Amino acid sequence: MSIRGRSAIVGAFEHPLRDIPHLTLPQVHREVAAGALADAGLAFSDVDAYFCAGDAPGFGALSMAEYLGLKPRIIDSTETGGSSYLFHVGHAAALIAAGKCSVALITLAGKPRTGGAAPGGSGGFGGSPEAGFENPWGITVPNAYALAARRHMYEFGTTSAQLAEIKVAASLHAQHNPHAYLRDVVTVQEVLDSPMVADPLHRLDCCVITDGGGAVVVANPEIARSLGGGRRAAWVLGHGETMKSTNNGRIDLTHTGALWSGAAAFAEAGVTPADIRYASIYDSFTITVLQTIEDLGFCAKGEGGRFVSDGGLVAPFGRLPFNTDGGGLCNNHPGNRGGMTKIIEAVRQVRGEAHPAVQVPDCSLALAHGTGGNLGTRTGAATLILGQEVA
Amino acid sequence: MSNLPVPAPSVNSETKPFWDGTAEGRLVLPHCDRCAFVIWYPRSFCPECGSSEVTWKDVSGLGTIYSFSITRKGQGEYRNATPYVLAYVQLDEGPRVLTNVVEEDPDALEVGQRVRVVFHDTGQGTALYRFARA
Repeated sequence: MSIRGRSAIVGAFEHPLRDIPHLTLPQVHREVAAGALADAGLAFSDVDAYFCAGDAPGFGALSMAEYLGLKPRIIDSTETGGSSYLFHVGHAAALIAAGKCSVALITLAGKPRTGGAAPGGSGGFGGSPEAGFENPWGITVPNAYALAARRHMYEFGTTSAQLAEIKVAASLHAQHNPHAYLRDVVTVQEVLDSPMVADPLHRLDCCVITDGGGAVVVANPEIARSLGGGRRAAWVLGHGETMKSTNNGRIDLTHTGALWSGAAAFAEAGVTPADIRYASIYDSFTITVLQTIEDLGFCAKGEGGRFVSDGGLVAPFGRLPFNTDGGGLCNNHPGNRGGMTKIIEAVRQVRGEAHPAVQVPDCSLALAHGTGGNLGTRTGAATLILGQEVA
Repeated sequence: MSNLPVPAPSVNSETKPFWDGTAEGRLVLPHCDRCAFVIWYPRSFCPECGSSEVTWKDVSGLGTIYSFSITRKGQGEYRNATPYVLAYVQLDEGPRVLTNVVEEDPDALEVGQRVRVVFHDTGQGTALYRFARA
């Protein structure tokens, strides 16, 4: 059984703020949930499935569904870091296809700026079986991603200037987003001149750290076809998910889980990379984008540096318009988790509701990809393919 | 680079044979009795073939740098240790292990550089395995 065309994203909402000192974490979850449901023309009482990840305080979905006043038939607290929400959409689509639920609500909220959490996420988990062999060495999030960047440079000749092109494209998009945390257009040279955080990654190779949140609503075809106000749904056509481990001591730092999750999503949707008009690519760091583009098959392995150069990612007419909201590199990376905003901007593109300056004409097929965890160790990867029509 | 902190690792009954080895200046890894896989990170079973029978044996302590990053912004106890080198070193026996490379001139390091293990005493019955130019 395929989930192709068996459900659609009917509501999406990104919290407009990037500093939220006046709300608690549960309150931000509530605000984004209300926003996504209002966008879908649905009520809290319509929700019969609820999904949240590790950003939710307390006992996962048990705590949050109760707080929100939901009475769900299905709850799911799958946690794969920033990619969790793309896993959730896939799980919701499968459950809807199986008739287990009809309206699934997925929420994210985080307050790393004003909530006292560690900036940039943690480098390790104390009780995990690998902890003793990873935590003592000063591993951070940036320096572990830097290991992946260095190895990719070594094997394929990728350069810092090529990685900088990714940030430049994101900044060109972010200038049109009034909510973006960073709205200034930057140049390759400015990226290269920014302070080195973990060689070879500069400060401007890193995503922003923001308070924020977002939510999406996935619903069955009957609801998707009856949206009020002429609203368009983003049909879920394909989904793939996987984990990439350190492989019992044989970690390969030059590729991501997108190699497998992308192939599964394309197969389910019955489309190829050449059919995709817009892509939300997880951008915790510039190197995350470059490797993911290769692994999804938009170019050959090792060709990513050339693919992203010369405006290759710039909307609306680049080779692969990406992250038109400015992405995690410029717009928003709420709670150190970029997956939700990847879904939301893909939905905007499919609906034709992105900013006019970056809207891809007739965006019939969009892709969203999430990479959670750490590219330098283990990651959870999920790919979604969304479309304007089921056919 | 001698100013690197030496935090004590978390040790449990499953990983104690490994960490006891470090205190004696030895790198002792579980080897699978059935498929001969050299297991990393250390476990009491073989994650490759599923065997529960492993033997803890010394490895050479020699390897090559698979990748590295000169970290300019550290966190926690590494905050004041910058610049320091985080690296994956591929041991000659196969496993790629996360570690530090101890080096006076980190800008001169290269992927593929030969390295050998050194041990830094945590003062708590264990030592951290790090690597220096061979």
